[in-house]
Amino acid sequence: MAFTGLPRSTPPDPRTALAGHPPDAPAHAWLDEAVARITDRPAAIGALFPAARRRCGHARLDEHWTVDEAARAVLITALPLEGEPLAGELAGLFRHGDPAEQRAVLKALPLLDDTPDALAGEHPGDHGRLGDRALPLVREALRGNDSSLIEAALGPYGAARLPDGEYRQAVLKCVFYEIPLDRIAGLDVRADDELARMLADFAHERVAAGRDVPPDIWPVVRAFPVLDTFTDLLTAETHAAAPDRREAALRALKALREATALTAEPEEEA
Amino acid sequence: MRIFDPHIHMTSRTTDDYEAMYAAGVRAVVEPAFWMGQPRTSPESFYDYFDALLGWEPYRAAQFGIQHFCTIALNPKEANDPRCRPVLDELPRYLAKDRVVAVGEIGYDSMTPEEDEALAVQLQFAIEQGLPALVHTPHRDKATGTRRTLDVVKESGIAPELVVLDHLNELTVGMVLDSGCWAGFSIYPKTKMSEDRMVTILQDHGTERVLVNSAADWGSSDPLKTRKAADAMLASGFDDDAVDRVLWRNPVAFYGQSGRLELDEPKPDEESSFQGNSIRRGGA
Ligand SMILES: [Zn+2]
Repeated sequence: MAFTGLPRSTPPDPRTALAGHPPDAPAHAWLDEAVARITDRPAAIGALFPAARRRCGHARLDEHWTVDEAARAVLITALPLEGEPLAGELAGLFRHGDPAEQRAVLKALPLLDDTPDALAGEHPGDHGRLGDRALPLVREALRGNDSSLIEAALGPYGAARLPDGEYRQAVLKCVFYEIPLDRIAGLDVRADDELARMLADFAHERVAAGRDVPPDIWPVVRAFPVLDTFTDLLTAETHAAAPDRREAALRALKALREATALTAEPEEEA
Repeated sequence: MRIFDPHIHMTSRTTDDYEAMYAAGVRAVVEPAFWMGQPRTSPESFYDYFDALLGWEPYRAAQFGIQHFCTIALNPKEANDPRCRPVLDELPRYLAKDRVVAVGEIGYDSMTPEEDEALAVQLQFAIEQGLPALVHTPHRDKATGTRRTLDVVKESGIAPELVVLDHLNELTVGMVLDSGCWAGFSIYPKTKMSEDRMVTILQDHGTERVLVNSAADWGSSDPLKTRKAADAMLASGFDDDAVDRVLWRNPVAFYGQSGRLELDEPKPDEESSFQGNSIRRGGA
């Protein structure tokens, strides 16, 4: 499995995010008390985790967190567990969680993945508190239809640990679900020839159907060798018999030329 | 007229029912977790069912302008199956969720030792989480079963005003109201209770601590029975205020004790989808 290192977009610390929130004494007191109970008895998280939204609120704090997600992340990081027991508790929270709870679990995963940078790339499954053990949750979210969960599954944890094939499929699923690709992690380090080819094929299908292509795939397509053959293909499509197909090809070609190249070249795989 | 149906199994009903209920004045419902007709054989089936009561069904109800809350429990019938008992271990997770406004339906079906234990454990869960309890009374040997239920409720230490005993009739209403618990009545097309008998009971016992529901489910039942009971009340001389008390303020007061009954004016929602699923566009 090619492990390409943690994408550098680890989420903001949920405690800091909550501290910037207008102080609500009962909510903070509840959260402190809940953390103490979980530290004392990890299984207590089962009934505290669902109550966090009601107790603490659900306003948006920043790009990454809402209040309930941040509060739930604080509860998760309070678990005095690692390895299998930690993964087991997370699996229970996810299995019995509603979509908001599942989103909070997925968004908290990178906070548990404290792999030292120097070790990332060797045997990632063995490092950190959690290792690969929460990948089944990421996969379950990616199999579903809830776009907010698909997006959360492709945070730094999933982006760093999904095998290449699964990561590519997940990116393609985001394109189908109209999840903007700048909201998912790891694309700058994990995009490769094969993903670019898949996206180019997808764009071709759209053009052949006379439809528009989502513009956020162009930077990926542009950065890889498939660009040359794909540009030829689009040029050929501008002579297609069907007028809407020709026009779609012209629009795609224009967008492709306008797209800026990825700023960072993909890293060599370790 | 605004109506709150405090006991209805919408999982078993169609979107036509939701439309008709909205037209009749129903604006809020509580759906108790119960027996599905087909026995479940593993805890996982319960968890999926609970997820539906907390996710899919409120979403479906909101499409038609109705607010949906639920109660969660291991029902007495299935508490007798040892394969389903592990559900009790995971219940506290579900009872902690925002739209859960009571523990229920709990109670007796055949009055077995297994049912005794499940009832006692779940009344303790209600106490721990500060939730009301919806307690079903058995169809067979109802008076004895109701008396025994009241004893167990008293023994548990839960405050009587946090408990409703449901599916009552002329012979059980007195002892329940005397105990300080709430009295629930399910108006059915054929069995249990008719709207005319309901009116007589209200005339005899008053409107305090009384809940009237349709208990509509997958059997012969009618989701508009709450409205029909309200009409029968008006026809026999009760005023609008009494109707509003029985069919709105009473259930709001009872489930409001959970602290989780967040009622706002729901409007039919044409836009949203649930986990990528929209019943508006016909995809399911
Ligand atoms: Zn019922």
